[in-house]
Formats: sequence, C-alpha cells, structure tokens
Amino acid sequence: METYTAGTRSAVAVRAVRRPRVSGWTAGALLVAGLIAVPLLAVIYLALAPSEDIWPHLVSTVLPRYVSTTFGLMLGVGLCTLAIGVGTAWLVTMTRFPGSRLFEVGLLLPLAMPAYIIAYVYADMLEYAGPVQGFLRQVFGWASPRDYWFPEIRSLGGAITMMSLVLYPYVYLLSRAAFLEQSVCVLEVSRTLGENPWRSFFRVALPLARPAVVVGVSLVLMETLNDFGTVDYFAVPTFTLGIYDVWLNMNSTSGAAQLAVVMLVVVLMLISAERLARRGQRYHHTSTRYRALPSVRLSGVRAVSAFLACLMPVAFGFAIPGGVLLAYAIETAPVTTGGSFIAYAVNSLTLSVGAAALAVAVGLFLAYGIRLGGGPVLRAATRFAGIGYAVPGAVLAIGVIIPFAGLDNAVDGLMRRTFGVSTGLVLSGTLFTLVFAYVVRFLALSLGTVEAGLARITIGMDGAARTLGLGPGRTLAAIHLPMMKGSILTAAILVFVDGMKELPMTMLLRPFNFDTLATYVHQFASSELLEECALGALAIVAAGILPVIALSLTIRQSRPGAKAAKSRATAATPVAIPAEP
Amino acid sequence: MIGLSLEHVSHTFDGPDVVRNVSLAVNAGEVACLLGPSGCGKTTLLRLAAGLEVLQRGRIAISERVVADGDAGLHTLPEDRRVGLMFQDYALFPHLTVFDNIAFGLSDRLRKRRRWVRVALERVGLADEASSYPHTLSGGQQQRTALLRALAPEPEVLLLDEPFSGLDVTRRASVREQTLGLLREAGIATLIVCHDPEEAMFMADHLLVMDAGEILQHGTPAEIYLHPANAFVAALFGPLNRLVASVSGGRVDTPLGRFDAPGLAEGAAARVLIRPEGLVVGPVANGATVTVVSARLLGRSSHLRLAVPGIDEPLQALVPGVFLPEPGTPVSADANRDHSFVFAAD
Repeated sequence: METYTAGTRSAVAVRAVRRPRVSGWTAGALLVAGLIAVPLLAVIYLALAPSEDIWPHLVSTVLPRYVSTTFGLMLGVGLCTLAIGVGTAWLVTMTRFPGSRLFEVGLLLPLAMPAYIIAYVYADMLEYAGPVQGFLRQVFGWASPRDYWFPEIRSLGGAITMMSLVLYPYVYLLSRAAFLEQSVCVLEVSRTLGENPWRSFFRVALPLARPAVVVGVSLVLMETLNDFGTVDYFAVPTFTLGIYDVWLNMNSTSGAAQLAVVMLVVVLMLISAERLARRGQRYHHTSTRYRALPSVRLSGVRAVSAFLACLMPVAFGFAIPGGVLLAYAIETAPVTTGGSFIAYAVNSLTLSVGAAALAVAVGLFLAYGIRLGGGPVLRAATRFAGIGYAVPGAVLAIGVIIPFAGLDNAVDGLMRRTFGVSTGLVLSGTLFTLVFAYVVRFLALSLGTVEAGLARITIGMDGAARTLGLGPGRTLAAIHLPMMKGSILTAAILVFVDGMKELPMTMLLRPFNFDTLATYVHQFASSELLEECALGALAIVAAGILPVIALSLTIRQSRPGAKAAKSRATAATPVAIPAEP
Repeated sequence: MIGLSLEHVSHTFDGPDVVRNVSLAVNAGEVACLLGPSGCGKTTLLRLAAGLEVLQRGRIAISERVVADGDAGLHTLPEDRRVGLMFQDYALFPHLTVFDNIAFGLSDRLRKRRRWVRVALERVGLADEASSYPHTLSGGQQQRTALLRALAPEPEVLLLDEPFSGLDVTRRASVREQTLGLLREAGIATLIVCHDPEEAMFMADHLLVMDAGEILQHGTPAEIYLHPANAFVAALFGPLNRLVASVSGGRVDTPLGRFDAPGLAEGAAARVLIRPEGLVVGPVANGATVTVVSARLLGRSSHLRLAVPGIDEPLQALVPGVFLPEPGTPVSADANRDHSFVFAAD
C-alpha cells in the first residue's frame, strides 16, 4: 500500500515526533531531583573527605555522651509513644465509653504542639520558682529544695516525657488504622478458640498491627532525632545538639558533618525498618469486606479508667500547655502584640508560604514526570530526594550551607580575579537558602501527597484526554489539576505548617538578625521570658491545628460504619503521615 | 476507503512480543472485532492504534495517512490522530458533568457540535442527566456517556475496549443494539476488542481471532464459526465434543460415523471436534445408537449427555426445544458435518 497520501492536516507533519531518548520533562525532573539531593550528597562527601580529623578529640570528650543520650532518648520516646499510641488506639477502636468518639479525634491534638513549646511551658511550671513547686511549698510548709524531692524537668527523663506527649499521635494514628483494617473475624475466631479479649489483643490484633506500629514508631524516632528546641532548652546532649556545638562553638564544619553522617546512618536504619514494615503490611490485608466492629461497651471502673487513659495524653500534651500559653498570651497581650510580633509572624508566613508553594510545585513536577514515564533513574532520584524528610534538620543545614558557601566563594573569587570586584556572599545567609532548605526537608510531604492524589486518577483518563485532542500540558490543566485540588491543598498545608514549626534549620541558616516566630519563641523562652513570647508560641500551635483538622476528617470517614465518602474530585485527604515515600 | 490499517505491527514490553506481525484493515463504516482470550495482545493493539503506546515495528495509517511508522520513528501524538477511544472502565472524568465530559474533546472550531451533544443525549435518553456527575449514573448510562464522548469530535476511527464488559447481562443486549445503531450512523471505521464470542459475532462485520499476539484467522462471523482454521478458533465459541481417530484413506472413522480429513497424512492421528448444537439426536433409526445419560432443559434448548459405545466421556448435545428423554433411553445421534471439524491431533 504505497498510495498513502501525506497528512491532510499540516499539524500532523509538525507534531509527529520522533520519540527522544529522554524527554524534556524527564530531564528537567532529573535536574530538580538532583538539586534537592545536593545537601545529602554534600554531607556524605564532606564526611568522607575530612579536611581535619576531629574524631579523636570527639571520642575522647563528648561523643560517648552524645551516643548514650541520643539512644536513651530514642529508647525512652519509642517505648512511651508505643504504649500511649497503641493503648489509646485500641481503646477507641475496640471499646465504647463516655467520650470515646470525641477522643478518636481529640487524641490527635497534641500533634499540633511542637515538643519545644510544651518543654518551655512545663519547665516554666515545674521548675523551682514555678507555680507547682511554689504551691507545694506553701501547702507543706517546705522552705528550701533540701526539704523535699521533686523530679528535675530539665533532664533526659523530662525530654523523653515532652517528646512522647506530642509524638505519640503518629503511633496512635497508624495503629488505629491498622486495627480498623484487620478483619474482625480474625478476632472473633480467637475468641471462639477460647482466648479472652485481652489475650486476643496480644496474640492476634497486636501482631497483625505490628507493621503499622513499626512505621509509626520509626516516624516518631525520626522526629526525635530532629528535635533541637527541647534538648537545647533542657541541655540534654544529643547528636543534634552536638552538631550545633561542634559547628558554632568549635567552629568545625567538617567535624559537624562527621557527626551528621553518624546520624544519617541511624536515620537510614530507621528508614529501612520503616520500609520493611510497610512491605510487610501488604501481606496483612486479609479481607476487603467490611464487618462492623463489635465495640465492647465499658462501664463502671473500666469506663472511668479508659476515659482517664485517653484524657491524660490529650490534657498533658495539649490542653494544659495550650491553656497556660493562652493565659500568658492574654495577660501580656498589651505588650506583645506590637511591632516585633507582627514582624516575626510576617517572616514566618513568608518563609512557610514560599516553601509550601515551591515544595508543591516541585512535588507536582516530579510526580508528573514519573507518571509520564520518567523511567527508573528518575524514580530512584526522586526517592532519594524524598529522604530529606527523615534527615534531621541540623544535618540538612550543614548539607545546604556547604555547597552554597562553596558556590559563593567560587563566584566571589571569579569576580575578584576578572573584575576586581568582591561580590561577597550572594546565597549563603539569605532567605533563599532557608527556603531551599525547607523544600529539601519537606519535599517528601508534598511529593507523597501529590503522588497519592495522582494515583487515584486512572491512567485511562490520561488516554481519554489525549485521544480527545489534548496534549500532556493541557491534560494536566484540564484533568489532573482539577481532580487533585484537594491533594494539592493538603500538600501545601502540610509543608506550610512544618515550616511554621521549623526550628533547627532556621537557627543555623537564617540571615543575620532575622527571626521567625519559632526562633523568637525559642530565644525568649530560653531567657526565661515565656510570658512575653506566649502569643508567638500560640500562633505556632494554631497553625499546627490545620493538619489535625484535615486528619480528623479522614478519621471520621474511616470510622466504622461510616460510608467511605464518595466525594467526587475532592479526594479524601490521604492521611498525610510524612511517610518518606 | 480504508479507515484504519495496521501493517506488520509487532510490539514488546521488555520481553517476548505481545503483538507479533499483525496486519489488519478496517473500512470506513465497518465494524471489526478482535476476539481473543485476555492477555492475547488485543488491548495493546488498540493502544498502539490510538497512539498511547509508541509503535516499535510496522506501520499504522488512519484514513490512508500514515500516523505511525516504527522503522522511520514516526509517531503522531494521540491528540492529533483523530481517533476516538472508549476504555473498558470508561475513564469518565469525575469532576465534569455528563455534558462536559461529552463536550470535552470539542474545541472552539467544533462549537457547533455542541448542538449535536444535546441531540445525542436526547437520543440515548440521557437528556435529564446532562448536568449530573458520572458517579451518579448507572453502568449503562456511563457506557453511553463514554461512547458519546468518543464520538463527539467526529473521529475517523473509533476504538472500543471491551465496551460491554462493565454491564450486567440483562442490560447488555439492548445496549449492544443501541451502540451498533450509533456506530452505523457515524459511518466510521470501528475496531472493537472483546472476549465474548457472542458479542463479537453480534457486533462485527469482520471478525479477527487473536491468540498470543498473532491473528489466527479473520473473516465474517459466519465464515469463522463454520470454518474455523484450527482447534483453538473452533473452541472459542463454546465447549466441543472431542473424538480421536487415525486417518485412513483421507477419512477418519469414529463411533459417530465417517468424517473427511482433507490434507491430513495417511495414518496420522486426527481430532474430530463436534459442536454440541451439531449433534442431531432423534429416535433410533439411522445414525449411531447411543444412550441418554442425562437430560436438562435450558429454556430454548435441551442439554443432553449421551453415552457412546467406544468413547469414555459422554458426548454433549444441544437440541432445540424441549426434548427430555428418560436416562437410559436409546436414541440415535448423527453429527452435522457443518458443525464438525477435523484437525491433526497435536
């Protein structure tokens, strides 16, 4: 059939393309993923090629303490969040008692509280001069600290308590989902085989939920490693604190990087544990059929105990510190609502909004690149870029500052040599550096959420739009974006809120004399001026409530008996646990 | 005019070819049906024709203009091919109304076609649902919406992937009828992929039987039903009675009589395949005498199992109307040669 005529529409001749080996989108996505990965690679590089070796010095002085304290902290926080998270999840999913429905959502509230903020509040309340000890002295007539024993809040135990109080919701959320998912029939079989509810829990339900619990605890531990505010305030010498010390006080970047690499190894171990657990989770889906959960109705002492068990984490993790802050904020409002608070709030908002916009744009770009068939290289690069979320802020800060400073020096040197002009530092110590660091750290949040949103759009819809005459760009605009509005908004909120709370990276990377709400609160609280900065702390907590609301909506939809809301397009917000993708 | 033609098309997904040297042509106004088991490569062919997969080898032309050439590296993007594609799961856009779904492919140039959308919705009984969202529609309504969406931009070729598999059996017949009406009217070349032989025979002017990436036979539905090229094609249309015998003098002798075995070597083992509807059962007179094992009424026909001396498995027969002899009754059975096929045993 040699008689085929040439295309009747000229467009055909133009648009008919030879498929290039790497499309423009893939190339762009690879470039972006590469940029995001630079800080991680920089840390590894610096640690492997140290310009000075401070190991002997570190080992002989502070390293043993860093190691033992960090692991003590992780162990303590891990065990406490495990107990609180799994226990409360089991109570609210499998039993009914007065307020149990309310606790289902309420138990998430401490998620809004950064650990460092409740640390300031509790230290303020529980220290020698604080109201609690003052009250006890008054009641019992004690005169000096030698007359009685009171736990020291500024200690490892105190840090464990603070972090556990606000991090347990990760474990709660994932174990609750796991309990809801597992077939109730399995539990009933256990009952008919002669096991009582308690033994059924330990022999059947808990082992089945184990993968989810492991995921939750790994997330908690990653957050624990990341914490700077609490350990700094309590003077608990962890690795994160060590990095600050070595960098800022000993002035040794490579020493800090070497510490950072040790942390990175720990993080990679956590990630592998999490990965393995997630993989295991897939085998545990036994039934897709929904069976109403038989909730045991508790009464009497049991109901009261269950109520208290759920009330305590919410009260100590959210209500009490929140209330104290509110009281302080109202008390000091006339003084604190002035110029500097507004300025810090504007700084925080600018940074967080910028980071959210950029992280969502980058996440969308990468996720779409993968969907367009980016290939295994892009997939791997994107995964690597997403690791940022698991890496402690202090480690990332080092990874960001080193290449930026290097670039600045190179540019400066070049300009001086060719034009005799010194450009000084162009990138280092600017807002841009900070926004970049935020994006590197929080990309996993936006990427994961956007990918989950994209995954719900069947590949057939792409094909339908393409055969109906739309190119890839217009398909994105007409089909994907409208259908993903919900996911995109969720992604933006998650990054925004984490940006508002961010402390460790901001402390290290902020421009001179630049303060966000978080750094301002940290500095004031560290100078025992909690009352003055209560409003700022409250603002951070208020922002943190946003994702809690989003999560509670998904919780309501997944509640037993609730029909999975078949909302069109609005997309049930994928539970945005910052699962490193 | 040839609406769609594929020449020597082969395709692989990092492994053995899923499509192997396939050539086919569908004339404008004609409905062709690709029939084959799942995984035989028919959906891949559809995606290649639509441009959703990049052609590796061979050539594809739409309305006699080449849109893809594997050897020359030519690949016209799907949005420029003027093909309509309806997906098995319909892939309706959940955020758009029925009307907006159908009008999705109408650019400004085609604005006057918006009137066509109104008329078409009216015709298929969806006028009241024009501003509903897809998830509120029944399966049949979704199917009609998807079909109209594919037809709206006046494509030159229409590709349908298992167009009726999402519907329950009771609705299928009427939806098939309506779909065929719309296709005839549009007068475009249509290629349908399906695995239900009855559906394929109902829809197709031209039937192509596919297995393991290759086209085994093509022709009108009657040609293929009555003259299957091999045992696989014959078995597509339902269960078969299988007898084994050896060729002698260009024929095979079986307990049901003698069958011609053209082209088979002398002494070779042959397989005789007889459709259940090809067994003529009657009172003992001529033909082989067999014994009724069981008889069941299916409605329009009766299903009999017959014990034949010299054959281990009872044979199955489909007899029109009500015919329910008692088990143990001797009857005669003869094979209608139009429904019996002889192939070399393998």
